[in-house]
Amino acid sequence: MNVIEIKNLVKIYNSGEVKVKAVNGITTHFEQGEFTAVVGPSGSGKTTFLNMIGGLDRPTEGEVIIDGSNIWNLTSRQIIDFRMNNIGFVFQAYNLIPVLTAGENVEFIMHLQGKPKKEREQRTKELLEAVGIGDRIKSRPGKLSGGQQQRVAVARALASKPKFILADEPTANLDSVATTGLLELMAEMNKKYNTTFIFATHDQRVMDKARRIITIEDGKILNDEKFDR
Amino acid sequence: MLFSISWRNIWRNKVRSSVIIFSIAVGIFAGVFSSAFFKGMADQRIHKVINTELSYIQVHKAGFRQTSDFNNYIPDAVALVDKIAKVPHVTGVSRRMIIQSMIASAETATGVMIEGIDTGREMKVTTIHDKMVEGKYFEGISRNPIVIGKKLAEKLNVKVKSKVVITLQDMDNNITSGAFRVVGIYSTDNNIFDESHVFVRFSDLQKLSDFPPKAAHEIAINLDDNKNLPVVLKQVKKLAKGYEVLDWKELSPEMNYLTEAMDMYMYIFIIIILLALLFGIINTMLMVVMERTKEIGMLMAIGMNKFRVFSMIVLESIMLSLTGGIVGVIIGGLASKLGETHPVNLSMWAQGYQQLGYDAFVYTSVDPGMLINVTLLVILTGIIAALYPAYKALKNDPADALRIE
Repeated sequence: MNVIEIKNLVKIYNSGEVKVKAVNGITTHFEQGEFTAVVGPSGSGKTTFLNMIGGLDRPTEGEVIIDGSNIWNLTSRQIIDFRMNNIGFVFQAYNLIPVLTAGENVEFIMHLQGKPKKEREQRTKELLEAVGIGDRIKSRPGKLSGGQQQRVAVARALASKPKFILADEPTANLDSVATTGLLELMAEMNKKYNTTFIFATHDQRVMDKARRIITIEDGKILNDEKFDR
Repeated sequence: MLFSISWRNIWRNKVRSSVIIFSIAVGIFAGVFSSAFFKGMADQRIHKVINTELSYIQVHKAGFRQTSDFNNYIPDAVALVDKIAKVPHVTGVSRRMIIQSMIASAETATGVMIEGIDTGREMKVTTIHDKMVEGKYFEGISRNPIVIGKKLAEKLNVKVKSKVVITLQDMDNNITSGAFRVVGIYSTDNNIFDESHVFVRFSDLQKLSDFPPKAAHEIAINLDDNKNLPVVLKQVKKLAKGYEVLDWKELSPEMNYLTEAMDMYMYIFIIIILLALLFGIINTMLMVVMERTKEIGMLMAIGMNKFRVFSMIVLESIMLSLTGGIVGVIIGGLASKLGETHPVNLSMWAQGYQQLGYDAFVYTSVDPGMLINVTLLVILTGIIAALYPAYKALKNDPADALRIE
């Protein structure tokens, strides 16, 4: 079953007089439960591609069809709600809210969704235990290692029960032990919750775990391969 | 949760937040205390004017106040005084003769307002008897005693037991004079009053001027509390039908304006303080928003809508302002409360203040309504200060913000 359908996606940035085509006509689709890496050199358009799927960057042309409708036909207010309810984000720099504890960071998105307190607390506990840092629920991000912070970010991304998770270079700031741990965790979460994971990365270790690798260069899909892992 | 985030965000930069909170607290303290100070000053002035000059209610024959015509008197004053004395909440009633006259000592002469009073009754209406600095209030001299103000005594160069001569027009418009002996010298802190008002016994002045013995130019009424003024005024008006019955606000409208003007000045003063603080808060909030561009972008990316982002910034600004504001209101309120029993000593500049009729020792007067209004104004300042920074935050594009390294 297709979760996301992408039709002829184009993004042109105006850099002064020069127009830069960051994404140049990508057409593809993602299915439920995929564990996909979008790879390519720096400046190839990976992040822009992910941002357009995630409702963060408006495409110059093309469509991102989720649940049968183009998300870019939504109003800016609807698109924020759409992101909250359908997409989980994991960023390179963790981007947790520094004044909230690990537990509160996870709980926050459910608070935005208007979930009742009891449900929020229960799911927070469950998710933090699932990502292996149940004992750090009351720690603020500043007191956690990079790997632990990224685990909180994964738990936060899963908290809203999204259709898919977009992870932009999630391992770029982690050492190899933390990277391996995080990848195993995400693979486990992918299987446990059947959540689609799409990574933008050039980390070989992520590629080794991915069951599909889309290679992008100059804003176009160069290669799209599936692996049985 | 938004409250919790906003509150914790304030303390991310403890030094910066403390500086702005401190400056708000100092500003509000200054506003609250000075408003209590000036209100106390005005209250004291009004109280003093009522107690020494006006009394709460006065009854005259219509037109007397404008012309001071000697023949324009209340003929049945004694009976009226007795009736008014029975009205509930009335604590004292006194009839007075008031005549413009000349007073002369061996050295010099000057114009004064001579008041013939029933000394026993007058003591229940005004507090001149408490303001004696030399001699006694109509005690010690049996023949034609006179009580004069300190400033006048200095001007005439007279002391207790000195002789002065009063010259006035009698009922038949003849010039008549009488010798009086200074029995006491009073000082009310209002130099102008002290220099222009002298008091003699009603009977002495009545004999000198041939005034009808049961009449009076003025009936002065004292009350237990200003709050009972409307009720008593109504009853006195009924009893003194045909006469002009006025309360202190009508007798001295400038005193009433003084309170209102003082209140208005205080609000203007506080608004100026808040306006100055406003720019400090805007500056702080702008720094907050700029430092957190990436974080705000992330919050918008994960689904925090614009209203919530706006609310978060506004809440932060309100909490920042309110923390300083509450500290300022509490310290200002406590200091003002202390000033109710421990007066501010202005005796260094007493001469100037007394010329204007103000006390050298000012007891502050705290108005709880004022404290609430100041707190509300602080909240309003917090909201206004947040508007531009919040607008800047909303202009953030999450995708751009997340690209910031």
